[in-house]
Amino acid sequence: MEHFLEKLGSAVIKWLQYIGEVVLLFVETLRQMKKPLRIHHMFAQMAHLGVDTLPIVGLTLLFTGMVMTLQVAHEFIRFGAQSTIGGVITIAVGRELGPVLVGVVAAGRVGAAITAEISTMKVTEQIDALRVMATNPVGYLVVPRMLACMFMVPVLTIFGDFIGVVGGWFVAVFRSGISSYLYWHSITMFVEAYDITGGLIKSVVFGIIIAVLGCYCGLKAPNGAEGVGLATTRSVVSAIIMIFCANCFLSLILYQ
Amino acid sequence: MIRLVDVNKSFGQKEVLRHINLTINDGETLALIGGSGSGKSTLLRLMIGLIQPTSGEIWIDDDEISHYDEAQMDKVRVRMGMVFQYSALFDSMTVGDNVAFGLREHTDYDEEKIRSIVSEKLGLVGLTDVEDMMPNELSGGMKKRVGLARAIAFEPSTIFYDEPDSGLDPVTTEKIDELIISMQKRLNVTSIVVTHDMETACFVADRIAMVYEGELIACAPVDEFRRMKDERIRAFLRGLYIGDKEAEG
Repeated sequence: MEHFLEKLGSAVIKWLQYIGEVVLLFVETLRQMKKPLRIHHMFAQMAHLGVDTLPIVGLTLLFTGMVMTLQVAHEFIRFGAQSTIGGVITIAVGRELGPVLVGVVAAGRVGAAITAEISTMKVTEQIDALRVMATNPVGYLVVPRMLACMFMVPVLTIFGDFIGVVGGWFVAVFRSGISSYLYWHSITMFVEAYDITGGLIKSVVFGIIIAVLGCYCGLKAPNGAEGVGLATTRSVVSAIIMIFCANCFLSLILYQ
Repeated sequence: MIRLVDVNKSFGQKEVLRHINLTINDGETLALIGGSGSGKSTLLRLMIGLIQPTSGEIWIDDDEISHYDEAQMDKVRVRMGMVFQYSALFDSMTVGDNVAFGLREHTDYDEEKIRSIVSEKLGLVGLTDVEDMMPNELSGGMKKRVGLARAIAFEPSTIFYDEPDSGLDPVTTEKIDELIISMQKRLNVTSIVVTHDMETACFVADRIAMVYEGELIACAPVDEFRRMKDERIRAFLRGLYIGDKEAEG
């Protein structure tokens, strides 16, 4: 029992230390943002991290919207509520599915790329080279990536939301026989702007989580090729868990 | 001038450096030698502020840097350059961008002036028409030269070399050693060369300091160093690095 408690205590301390260090990196990133921004780097990161993720986000949300409509349309028709399907799908996608799925896809695609790049720089002494050349690695590497993710994850979410709703429309009209007018009309009837903007607020937070965790794991990567792999796995897993946790709290705050 | 006063460094429970006292004069070339794991690279990283000592003072001119934060240290580092063991070139940038990095970060020079400085520094290390090449297109010796060009781009007063000959063939090693001497003569910089190669140390340095199991056991001009009777130094001069137990035995 004593041994178990020791292990538990040690795990909790390690976890708290991990969270603490990530928060410190976030604070340092905010501090570095006071200095002149490297706009060119930020746009390069936005193109690299955001645009490349667009096709995966499109496919994910397209199929999610289609499957969701497939599952609910039959039941809604049974209860005579087919006139609400478009609105329900849009609310679900806009509030939860869009931001969360885009967050998870971006964590896998963008977070992994950030960690792999920064950890490789670390093991090849490029981070030390930055420091030796009087350039703060947080300002040079983390700030542009965090800003890029803060802007690009919401943009990807808007795109994903739209594709998800179109996927739902496709199944509703061509599989379940609901009229196209009814589908779009229900969206205008039931959906409020906050259903979408709330989701976008979430996606800004998810973008920050993905970038900061990705950079943190890269900067703390153990040496060697194995270290790069370990850091990348750790970054993706932690970001996905943190996105789900943050989503729960954000839903409570934004929609209650 | 660089001055270390009773510097100690531990990583956790492990003492890596003990009671290091060392002064490096302006314009001097000092070779830091020692076997693998002796602590010489740690000493170099302490001098450039990449790590902080557990205790002791490190003076770079009038700055006592042992407790400087990154922002304070950056003001000192602009006077320093470093050539890394594996070059540490930014692999996402061209050779020209690598050399121009410090200039773009810390000066308001226009692109034309930056390009001219980059060509001049690459010329100094014997490279021409490589500005648009990527680091992965270069040989090991060329990477070291680009690393040196990057280190001198900002005209530092001190250059640190971490194992400059590591992984190079004897001919390229000789060329790099000649470059170290030529940089010292042309730019009148203070050079600290970490190496485990006795030939390089004797060729490039004014003085040699030897780190042995975390202690600085000798620091003397090259000729005097060669004549030292200490068995650990004799062994190193013969090209045989021996551990503590063997030396004691």
